[in-house]
Amino acid sequence: MELPVISNNAPAADGGCSSSGCGSAPDALAHLPEHIRAKVQDHPCYSEQAHHYFARMHVAVAPACNIQCNYCNRKYDCSNESRPGVVSELLTPDQAIKKVLAVAAEIPQMTVLGIAGPGDPLANPGRTFETFRQLSEKAPDIKLCVSTNGLSLPEHVDEIAKHNIDHVTITINCVDPEVGARIYPWIYWQNKRIFGIEGAKILIEQQQKGLQMLTERGILVKVNSVLIPGVNEEHLKEVSKVVKAKGAFLHNVMPLIAEAEHGTYYGIMGQPEPTQEMLQELQDACAGDMAMMRHCRQCRADAVGLLGEDRGDEFTMDKIDVMDVDYEAAMVRRKAVHDAIIDKLEAERGVAKPKPAGIPAGSRPVLMAVAGKNGLVAEHFGHAREFLIYEASPDGVRFIGHRKTELYCGGMDACGDGDVVEAGASESLLDRNIRILSGCEVVLCAKVGYEPWAKLEAAGIAPNGEHAMEPIEEAVMAVYEEIAATGRLLPQADSLKVA
Amino acid sequence: MALQITESCVNCWACVDVCPNDAIFQDKPHFLIDDMKCTECLGDHADPQCAAICPIEMAIVNELGEFLNPPGSLTGIPIEKLKEFGLWREAA
Repeated sequence: MELPVISNNAPAADGGCSSSGCGSAPDALAHLPEHIRAKVQDHPCYSEQAHHYFARMHVAVAPACNIQCNYCNRKYDCSNESRPGVVSELLTPDQAIKKVLAVAAEIPQMTVLGIAGPGDPLANPGRTFETFRQLSEKAPDIKLCVSTNGLSLPEHVDEIAKHNIDHVTITINCVDPEVGARIYPWIYWQNKRIFGIEGAKILIEQQQKGLQMLTERGILVKVNSVLIPGVNEEHLKEVSKVVKAKGAFLHNVMPLIAEAEHGTYYGIMGQPEPTQEMLQELQDACAGDMAMMRHCRQCRADAVGLLGEDRGDEFTMDKIDVMDVDYEAAMVRRKAVHDAIIDKLEAERGVAKPKPAGIPAGSRPVLMAVAGKNGLVAEHFGHAREFLIYEASPDGVRFIGHRKTELYCGGMDACGDGDVVEAGASESLLDRNIRILSGCEVVLCAKVGYEPWAKLEAAGIAPNGEHAMEPIEEAVMAVYEEIAATGRLLPQADSLKVA
Repeated sequence: MALQITESCVNCWACVDVCPNDAIFQDKPHFLIDDMKCTECLGDHADPQCAAICPIEMAIVNELGEFLNPPGSLTGIPIEKLKEFGLWREAA
């Protein structure tokens, strides 16, 4: 199936979610044919616009895996971490159904059920497809999706199509076995463990074959890639081209997570994680070829709720066991909620997106970080759990991504503690949070304390509390116009002289 | 003649699905192999399947207590690093 080129590397003239947390990100999906757009408009992991309103959940029914990745450790039982492959409670298919019905009744915005692990869903075909089979029977209003490393994908494509699963995510980190051998130490294939290049070659062949088989059947495929500095950062540009040619419609490049305490190969061997700049540069480089996903929060294999929030604790099996769910009634309520959100999204699509006024031609773009909440500049600097990153340019404002912080402000009693370097740490939490904002010239927040203010300024990031409670994109645009008025966005004559 | 699962097991179910003899069963704190059913896959496969798919080093041993997947054999992490992070131990 041939899909038209869509791109979110430049602001679109229409679309965008003006009242949402991610402000004016162009709605890259608006350009898709109607039948495909209809498939993704309520899918938070496929549509950036949808992720502000619609929720998803993963059920952890798939513990087994058939490959080893150097960024993964199979000791996955941890409740305090949020990253792929981590779960606290493994479920049987029957338990999973119970949980899905309970969550769908409780959170009517939940539209999507995914199976994402903690192992590889297709290495657990019995448990995975039993869950899908029961769900399509008992909860026909829930979209089903699955993610996989691709090794067993070709043999399961027909089964995937049969269960009406119309979204599949394949993790593809390379198309070259030599690169693959540095990411995948081994695979389990046809009753043997196969190491190194030979194993990586088989995995890559299976991934590409599976991708093609899915797109030929009209199933939407998103490709996830882990950016591993020094291993595949250049190579991922090639990956993006190849998967687009095979019909994938969205590419999600995610940063490697590699900390020694996770016990992964990369963590223990000191493999560096990518910087924010490296990630954004690569996403922008790939964006010329295909639509890039930038709102991924790299969630757990048992995540519940909106992207960026996890309500899994409210739905542990002991709590679900005592819930009384009338799913017929819930479905009626769910439909009303979904229709209302879709109407709102449709209305937003029709609104033309404003451009900044009075910006001289040739002005450079500016990155700004925003402590946002519900689409407004509403958080205090010290209370932000993540900063949303926007780029303002003469073309408009676009959402670039998010950067997670470590909370340092514990309220009045602990005020100032954030700037203390804890034993064993190399920097204070405040310094760390300022470091993750590198590349940004402005940080917009509802309020910012004296201490961070001074440190931000010293780091070349202008703190700005002037736009508290304003819609994010309007605030970003206003600040961009203010900077433009000072003439600082044009190439400086001084620097030209030096050069 | 039978293989055994050690306390290194993380209960990931991978071996259960590939055992040709249905010899592996769930138990607390980890899966176990029924030594009456286990044939070490002789006659079925070139390699014992549980050991061929198990992602955890030191989790499967033979009757002599030897690791089928010794430390470092699956991850490629050098022995010094395993020792540094407390992830290394001698065969039983």
